[in-house]
Amino acid sequence: MIGLIGQKGEMTQFYDEQGQVVPVTAIEVGRCVVVGLRTREKHGYCAVQVGWGEASKRQRTKPYEGYFKKAGLPVMRAVHEFRVESVDGFQPGQELKVDLFKPGDYVSVTGWTKGRGFAGGMKRWGWSGGPASHGSMSHRRIGSLGAGSSPGRVLPGRTLPGHYGCERVTVKNLKVVRVEPDTGVIYVKGAVPGYRGSQLLIRKAE
Amino acid sequence: MAQKIKEKKGNSGGNSPASVVTPEPGDLVDVHIRIREGDKERIQVFRGYVIAVRGKGAGRTFTVRRVSQGIGIERIFPVQAPVIAKIEVRRKSRVRRAKLYYLREKTGREAVLKELKTGAQSGPQAGEV
Repeated sequence: MIGLIGQKGEMTQFYDEQGQVVPVTAIEVGRCVVVGLRTREKHGYCAVQVGWGEASKRQRTKPYEGYFKKAGLPVMRAVHEFRVESVDGFQPGQELKVDLFKPGDYVSVTGWTKGRGFAGGMKRWGWSGGPASHGSMSHRRIGSLGAGSSPGRVLPGRTLPGHYGCERVTVKNLKVVRVEPDTGVIYVKGAVPGYRGSQLLIRKAE
Repeated sequence: MAQKIKEKKGNSGGNSPASVVTPEPGDLVDVHIRIREGDKERIQVFRGYVIAVRGKGAGRTFTVRRVSQGIGIERIFPVQAPVIAKIEVRRKSRVRRAKLYYLREKTGREAVLKELKTGAQSGPQAGEV
């Protein structure tokens, strides 16, 4: 399913016809460009390679620039492949705009969650924690790792503190509330992963 | 190819025409509220002082205080709420703080704010507040 690349914008709210508030997230797409095609004959699978944005100076290595030069396109910030049934109707240089989606559609948005570093179990796994007061000294600690000498070991899957966030997450079935072709912004209902300015992939929900 | 994503205006996401004017603290306002009764719609006017404005953008709200039959009533309106048909600023007042919560303790003449002299629009004299 072909999709778009964008960056997360601010969250805001709209009112629907009933006067109810709808929380929305702006996704700034601008426009995407087809950079290349992957065909079954040549590559063994079918996909459309989509580019987005403007490459930073740091990104502009010779090999990276060369790839775009070969396609006759400006150097872009991000490239992503979208698997498709067939590449018919797509050709390098073709523009993809936000009008790929229209209000009322349902989309899935993929992004990277905010990094939380080394997080405790309460944040990472939703442990209950210990009592806050009455002399308790076990505020955010784990209560127990498991039973004692039987089984005599910590069972696999025990949730423990550790690195949390910076994960690739897909939020499925977000409703498209508004599409602004002039500004290249899509508004979807609800929240999407990541911080403002982080890259997102938008696909039609299956 | 400069792929510029246009800067959005400060008041982005506004889809109500009433969002143009945000009343300020101390304003004596008439808030025209659309009220649905069955399939009929009528307008009700809520008059009072704006005692607080908070938030920004689409989530901006203002609080209007009026005293009705000796009972203080405060209503909080989202600036962009579609139920607001119109906001009429009848009088601006000289106020020295952003939140006029002290008006809750005042009654009678004490609860009437001094009118702003310069640049004040000479609206009709306010009735009972």
